[in-house]
Parts: sequence; structure tokens; C-alpha cells
Amino acid sequence: LNVAIARYGAGNVRSVELALRRLGADVTDDLAGADLAILPGVGSARSAMEGLGASADVLRERHAAGKPILGICLGLQLALDESEEDGGVEGLGIVPGRAVRLHGERVPRIGWAAVEPATSVSDVALRASGEAYWFAHSYEAKTDATVATSEGHSAIVEHGSFTGVQFHPEKSGAAGARFLEQCLSRV
Amino acid sequence: MPLPRLIPCLDVAGGRVVKGVKFQGLRDVGDPVELGAAYSDGGADELVFLDISATVDSKVSAVDVAARVAEQVTIPFTFGGGIRTLQDATALLEAGADKISVNSAALARPELIEELARALGSQAVVVAIDTEGGRVRSHAATRDAARDTVEWARECEQRGAGELLVTSIDRDGTQDGYDLEQLALLRDAVGLPVIASGGAGNAQHIADALGVSQAALLASILHEQPARLIELRAELRALGVPLRDAA
Repeated sequence: LNVAIARYGAGNVRSVELALRRLGADVTDDLAGADLAILPGVGSARSAMEGLGASADVLRERHAAGKPILGICLGLQLALDESEEDGGVEGLGIVPGRAVRLHGERVPRIGWAAVEPATSVSDVALRASGEAYWFAHSYEAKTDATVATSEGHSAIVEHGSFTGVQFHPEKSGAAGARFLEQCLSRV
Repeated sequence: MPLPRLIPCLDVAGGRVVKGVKFQGLRDVGDPVELGAAYSDGGADELVFLDISATVDSKVSAVDVAARVAEQVTIPFTFGGGIRTLQDATALLEAGADKISVNSAALARPELIEELARALGSQAVVVAIDTEGGRVRSHAATRDAARDTVEWARECEQRGAGELLVTSIDRDGTQDGYDLEQLALLRDAVGLPVIASGGAGNAQHIADALGVSQAALLASILHEQPARLIELRAELRALGVPLRDAA
């Protein structure tokens, strides 16, 4: 099983790579051909979209062809039509919806929080039910593709072959490793 | 709000975890990767590594330590100490750290906070504030920074900091309890998560700190004993603190 990670500049991509290798996956540079493509998430929306460059089209084509993509944190938000961050940034448009600023609590929202299914039809959401994962975000996805929430915030999004998580499975200890293992087992 | 967090803090120098009183008479107490992994298994919610190599002659860089930690530790960790530029911070995040912490460098040049937040995202930028009597201390708390603690906290937030790590210098190492008054002032002054530091002597102290802040930094109370963390988690649960189901 091989996995490609979309790289777009500064950020903690190494942790994602290490987590995948621990689970026995091979990490390749072939974003178009890999069994699974990961859109990781650290940084800000504008610099990430600029950093993606030609990978943006590769990801859109993957999604159109029904090949699996996992978006993590900002990687989930980048898949949406647009983000409020940095004065408004156009996203990949893979998932209908937009990323909006969090309000009404301490922002950034940092720490461990449980995830609950928002629908009974998502296997991914049901398996994550009740588990606590580590979140670190100032924006959240507003989309009908949300299949699980955490304290009312979108936590897991599914749209076609795209799965997005607002939390960081690569930093969520044993629960995160189980989540990634399930993602790998589905491709 | 996410669950309250317990964050063991490890001082590192020369690639080892060290312990000393006011940076004097440093003693080697273990390997950062082994201790970090043991705390992680013992229910730590995050880890903080504070590089104090600047105070000793060292050939092992903080980036090397961060890279080794990332290979074994699967919970978030912050690296602080000696970060003066965006390049310093970027190298640590690329090695596998999730956040960086700045202190004196931000006091000397507050624009650094904006540069870090813009490039790395606010969630990766912790500003450490050493405070005593409502005033900020700098340079490992040896100098008065000529700033009011609450005003500096507000400025850090405006400049894009993602979290504040607030150490009450007069409580640090005393195990007499956190400075709850100062923490409550900061809770009311900013909308950022606050990590309380300095003074933890027992579970009740930590529970009290978590009543006014989002996380508690644990240093001398743990004595580099991961088993103590497991005990503390059980004691805190018994006091009604909702911790994640980790260990």
C-alpha cells in the first residue's frame, strides 16, 4: 500500500509520514498514482493554496476519478470551495462548503475532544464515535458533507472519495493510529 | 471546550533531559525520547520540551532532539528555548514539533509573533510569559521586561499568538500551588487558551489551576517519574476533573 503526501511548504508533514510508516505504508511522491493521497494541514490557507501549485489539479483529478484522498485539519478546509481565512481564499472545490472562523470559545480551539456521528450512514463516523482526538484550529468547515461533529464543530467530512478530518490523527496517540489504520484498510 | 490538558515539561540540554536549580548544577536525568514516550504512555495530553542548551556548552541541536522525539511520541509536543527567527521555528516544526514557544525573543521584537503566526498558523505559536507580581520577567526570568503581564498577554493575542504559557516565577518550584489570581486575570483579559505553570504540589493545586485555565504544565511535581503522572490523573479524576481516557 502506498501513500503520497501533498507538500505545500512549512509545516509538520513529517509526523504524518512517520505515522503512516509505523502502520506499514510506503510513502511515495506519486500524488496521482498512489493508493491514498493525503492533504496534510498546518499553516494558513493562502500560503497553503499557493504552495500546492500544480498538486491542486492532481487532487481534483483524483477526486473526479474516485481515488481516495484524506484531508487533515487545514487539508480538510482547503478541499472546500472557499475559506474566510486571510481575507478570503479560494479552495480546491472538491467538497461543497466553506471554512469559517470559530466563535464563542477560546480560539484557537486546542486540545483533545470526543467525536460523535452526525449520521448513521457513515462507517468512518461510527467507528470514530466516542473517541477523543487532538484538535488545533481557528476555522471550521461549514458543509453538508459533515458526518461527525466534536462539540458542535465539523470533525469528519465525507464527499465521494474524499474524507476530511478536523483533528490530527497523526498526533492523537493510539486512537489516531486506529483511525489512520482504518483509512488505509479502506483503500 | 476541549478537555483540560496535563502537560509534562522536560528541560533538555546537550540532547539529554536535565534537571537543576535555576539552571545551576545540571544533572542528567534521562533520554528525552524515552522519558517523552513514557509520559505519553502515562497519559500526558501534550509534552513541552524546553531547550536550555543556551546555558550550557552543547553540540546537539534542539532540531535533532525534536526529530528523534517525533519518531517515538505520537501526541503533540511543543519546543521552546532559544527560538529567535522564523527559520528556527520552521526547522523545529519540520522535524515534527507541533508548536514552538517563544519568550525573550518576542519581548525583544514583538513582530516575531506576527511573522510566526502568518507562516505557521496561530495554533503553532505559543508565547511563554514569565510573570512575578503582575510584571513580565525576561531572559530566564533574570530581568524585568518593563511590561505589565496582562497588557503583554493582550498584545501577544493581537499579534497572533495561539496560546499563552504563563509561569508564575515566585511559585515556580515551590509546590505551593499555582497563582490563581494572576491566571484568572489573564483568563478574563484574553480569548486564547492559557497553560498554567509554576507551583503544582498536589492534585488539588492542578484541579484549581484547570478551573481558570485550559492546561497545566507539570515540572518538578513529576520528578521525572512517569508513574507519578498516572497517579495524578487518577487523583484528578476523583476530584471531578474530566480528563481524556488515555491511561
